[in-house]
Amino acid sequence: MESNGEDASRILREIETLKAAKADIEHRISVLEARLRDIPLPNDAISGVSCSSMSIADSAAGHGLSPDMIYRYSRHLLLPSFGVQGQSSLLKSSILVVGAGGLGAPALLYLAACGVGCIGTVDHDVVELNNLHRQIIHTEAYVGQPKVQSAAAACRSINSTIQIVEHKEALCTSNALEILSKYDLVIDATDNVPSRYMISDCCVVLGKPLVSGAALGLEGQLTVYNYKGGPCYRCLFPTPPPTTACQRCSDSGVLGVVPGIIGCLQALEAIKIASAVGEPLSGRMLLFDALSARIRIVKIRGRLSQCEVCGENATFTQQKFQDFDYEKFTRSPLSTTPLKLNLLPADSRITSKEYNDRLVNGEAHVLVDVRPSHHFNIVSLPKSLNIPLSSLETRMSEISSALKEEEEQKGSNHSGTSIYVVCRRGNDSQRAVEYLHKIGFTSAKDIIGGLESWAHDVDPNFPTY
Amino acid sequence: MQLTLEFGGGLELLCESVKIHSVNVDPQVGEEKLTMKDLLSWVRANLIKERPEMFMKGDSVRPGVLVLVNDCDWELSGQLDTTLEEKDVIVFISTLHGG
Repeated sequence: MESNGEDASRILREIETLKAAKADIEHRISVLEARLRDIPLPNDAISGVSCSSMSIADSAAGHGLSPDMIYRYSRHLLLPSFGVQGQSSLLKSSILVVGAGGLGAPALLYLAACGVGCIGTVDHDVVELNNLHRQIIHTEAYVGQPKVQSAAAACRSINSTIQIVEHKEALCTSNALEILSKYDLVIDATDNVPSRYMISDCCVVLGKPLVSGAALGLEGQLTVYNYKGGPCYRCLFPTPPPTTACQRCSDSGVLGVVPGIIGCLQALEAIKIASAVGEPLSGRMLLFDALSARIRIVKIRGRLSQCEVCGENATFTQQKFQDFDYEKFTRSPLSTTPLKLNLLPADSRITSKEYNDRLVNGEAHVLVDVRPSHHFNIVSLPKSLNIPLSSLETRMSEISSALKEEEEQKGSNHSGTSIYVVCRRGNDSQRAVEYLHKIGFTSAKDIIGGLESWAHDVDPNFPTY
Repeated sequence: MQLTLEFGGGLELLCESVKIHSVNVDPQVGEEKLTMKDLLSWVRANLIKERPEMFMKGDSVRPGVLVLVNDCDWELSGQLDTTLEEKDVIVFISTLHGG
């Protein structure tokens, strides 16, 4: 134990020393940044958060690449179809990545590495431990820190010669025009429907090409919108999907490498557009199915002449964009906060703490867990009976026999045995209780907030996911 | 008429999680041609096992579903009026929004 104590104090001292060194370096950086601000640059190249194109000093060869640049990007320069011209264009370009998550992570890393002159990133979220399996730009040290800060630090550590701009805010109609207008092209790496409509509309209004990617489960999709007369998001999807058709990674899961692949392809399309090399994926869509190892590229419709935003007679102005309510249009929130239903009267619900009290008192009851079975396999409460909501109707007999068994064990009569229903967050449990009431189990109650509230209020060691 | 139908982007969940279906669909009695409109009602009656509203709206697909006939958006071939031929591959894919 003594040596452990010594180890701990030695480590603490080392942490203190390193923290002091870190503070010193940060101070020196800010002094240098202040000095840089006072030096006038041609075209106002670096000024605060604005992201105008980087200037490249003229060199003897006439292409403007410095010796360091030639060495760093030599493998690009050696590509006959990319070469000096492609690299110079990249260095002068500016790209905005909206969302520093599963798609944005690899996209940002590649864009920084390959020398895009200015990269901006927008996100209001903080890094969470359950992001790290796919959002490979973030590291454990940044858990709890803003994603843009973490992403910017990673990009700077790969390439200190480019400009990285942090937009630590949620993109919304009041800031989108200002932010997007500073960049040549936009990458949509978001995770929700209203953001996708908003970003596409904003790109149309500002005349910016949009590289759009999406991933969920084991599938991914990719296309380029609003590029040289090609379609916009609304040409393809004039009407938003029903909210029940919009799954999220936090509910449906996602294999980490799948958004990784789509994010890399987004970086590739962005690089092609920025360097004017190759054929961008406009008017076509790439569909990726990881499970069957299949990539399909399909031809999609062109610009719709009657499109409300980019069509011939469209009157969608900047003002209209700012006034447009994307959450109302898509009936889903811009942020990905989980839904909180309130379907039941208060006397048909109990809190997780109340349930715990009844459990401790030995109350005769049956606990039904209505999550899908693969959720139940992750973690469950002891003695709970897993009947997924989708099969509740056909498996009612299992609840009846569980009630009978409990009565025999506890010696209570039928009406004295309660039914409690639990799920992950407390939405499906309410739907299940509604059904149970309808078929005569009128005393069934749901546990408010589900297993998440159990973990929060009763057992902090209970795993959450 | 032999056709290959593929479901993706989550739509496969409506047909018992099977993505690829090799099917035989014939034109209705008295009709010479099989159109996408005919195929949609056949799919709804024979393949969709749950929540049909997640696949169709009215007599077409619901918003957010792309239909591809031989790797080509059905908007380019006449949507519901697209005439199908032997060995055609029809893909129904729900757009993804996650990231």
